[in-house]
Amino acid sequence: MYRYDEFDAAFVRERVAQFRYQVERRLSGELTEDEFKPLRLMNGLYLQLHAYMLRIAVPYGTLSARQLRMLAHIARKYDKGYGHFTTRQNIQFNWIKLVDVPDVLSDLADVEMHCLQTSGNCIRNVTADHFAGAAADEIEDPRTLAEIVRQWSTLHPEFTYLPRKFKIAVGGSVHDRTALKFHDVGIEIVKNDTGETGYRVLAGGGMGRTPYVGHVVGDFVAREDILAFLEAVMRVYNQSGRRDNIYKARIKILVNALGPEEMRKQVMREFEEIKRAGTLDLPEAERKRIAAYFAPPDFEALPVLCEEFEAARLRDGAFRDWARSNLALHRQSGYAIATISLKPIGGVPGDASDAQLDGLADLMDEFGLTEVRVSHEQNLVLPHVRKKDLPAIFARLAALGLATPNAGLVTDIIACPGLDYCDLANARAIPIAQRISERFADLDRQHEIGELKIKISGCINACGHHHAGHIGILGVDKKGVEFYQLQLGGSGAEDASIGDILGPAFAVSEIVDKVEEVIGVYLERREGHERFLDTVRRIGIAPFKERVYAAH
Amino acid sequence: MATPVPQVLTANRLRDGDVVYWRDGAWVEAFADAQIFEAKADADATLLRAAADVKARRVVNPYLFPVRREGGLVRAVEEREIVRSEGPSVRRDLGKQAPTRNATRFDLPARGRWP
Repeated sequence: MYRYDEFDAAFVRERVAQFRYQVERRLSGELTEDEFKPLRLMNGLYLQLHAYMLRIAVPYGTLSARQLRMLAHIARKYDKGYGHFTTRQNIQFNWIKLVDVPDVLSDLADVEMHCLQTSGNCIRNVTADHFAGAAADEIEDPRTLAEIVRQWSTLHPEFTYLPRKFKIAVGGSVHDRTALKFHDVGIEIVKNDTGETGYRVLAGGGMGRTPYVGHVVGDFVAREDILAFLEAVMRVYNQSGRRDNIYKARIKILVNALGPEEMRKQVMREFEEIKRAGTLDLPEAERKRIAAYFAPPDFEALPVLCEEFEAARLRDGAFRDWARSNLALHRQSGYAIATISLKPIGGVPGDASDAQLDGLADLMDEFGLTEVRVSHEQNLVLPHVRKKDLPAIFARLAALGLATPNAGLVTDIIACPGLDYCDLANARAIPIAQRISERFADLDRQHEIGELKIKISGCINACGHHHAGHIGILGVDKKGVEFYQLQLGGSGAEDASIGDILGPAFAVSEIVDKVEEVIGVYLERREGHERFLDTVRRIGIAPFKERVYAAH
Repeated sequence: MATPVPQVLTANRLRDGDVVYWRDGAWVEAFADAQIFEAKADADATLLRAAADVKARRVVNPYLFPVRREGGLVRAVEEREIVRSEGPSVRRDLGKQAPTRNATRFDLPARGRWP
């Protein structure tokens, strides 16, 4: 794992001291709310529907057992016993008191954590593939570059007051698990024809009220050039991005107004200039130094076939079910990647209690697991598990209520906090996820349906990624009443696409039935082992539309 | 002339962010204890008065919202304000609706399981 050096530690401590003083000045009246708001947002503190909400950064989604324990402690001491993992690999606490925030930040600094770059018009906490360092199809661990981008961006004077927030994701595998094409900048680690590793850079993707899939602005950026290239993209955006209209201020609007070709030209012009100055080369030695922090654990030489694992699968149906959906192929034989679903049937997607966080930390220590990952799909991941340990780990997870066997299935739903917590929301998202999850609780039925990603947002800002859902659900407000619009055919993976809106929105009492009808059309019309998404792409949305509006 | 819509004045307490409501020159925690302004002029005047409490660092973000009377009970018109006055509908154990809270002047109507 990345460890703070002296500079990082001193910097984070300084920021805690600064914010403590800023809170004091706010409470004493030296600062007005207008003056204080941008300062609190720079420290991840929002004022939400019921209280303040503190968003804590989990850089590239990686946490240690020690950090998990601190999050559990914060949940217990300063909040109401739980936290909420978000679609950007962060964790939020919903009931934090302003007067406690300096102490919370200090506690976080004790375990090398902070709330920087989780809000405001800056380069936000960089996200990365949650299977980093473990995926069988990985070219290179994306966290090295994510950390380099973090170091470059945190205090960059040019990028402190951007037109709008800026989100960067880094993926290191052929299969995209980061939704990188929906980011302001997505970086894909690739190999060229001669076998060199470099970066394909996309810009202008995004969700929100104007969704776009990103365009390639750099086909193959050499390793040493990546910061210069990113700086070039940022300069074009900082210079020409709109500041007159908050809804048109993201880079996606600029890229699509200029056109991808012109954007590429402008980026290349800036890039050449930066290169000429020669000040932003990324030295290979420095890259390697940071990469060393993310070196995989010392894997044991284990056979592919693990007898204990196979025996448990035969013996224990519950373990078999879990292994079927929650394990992914590891690059190292005898190991597996285990997804810990935070989507219990009828539960709140992404929520974890203090006891669960502590219990997971204990489990990690016991089995020598140094890291857990947060996925943008609001689940946790144990990246390097010996297959022979899986039966015991499964039993422990089950005791913690963390062994729901539904990763990637219809009940593994993304939902934003929605109107239950969020000040911006128009409608609730969580209860819709709960009701759909209850409707499809039967595991045989879930497997019969297969891979299906439902994503729900409570407003047009799309924190629940509804545009990228195989089935996307958007909550809208019609004269004070919650309604839900359906979208079909979106994808956040390497085959990224924006879902098509089916038609007029449905009432709360109808939406779960309508989702079931949509899935019914899929089951009738699919060919062979076709996924839901592929059926929608093959037959279009018309047959679905016909079914769900038949009685209207 | 349009029928006047009764309104309630709300804000968040600065120190802890808790939702509060205006009643007779003070801020109370329960929606059921909130003062109902029948006349728009009274509501607007009180909102102006609340600016002093913002300045005095008691509250932030004061605003008015519409309510309606339903069989002797007062309810917010918008879902957002109902959720705000009760707590998350997905966690009935949290927020103002939490069972540990003291009983209030009007009991909030049971909203049942949602949807």
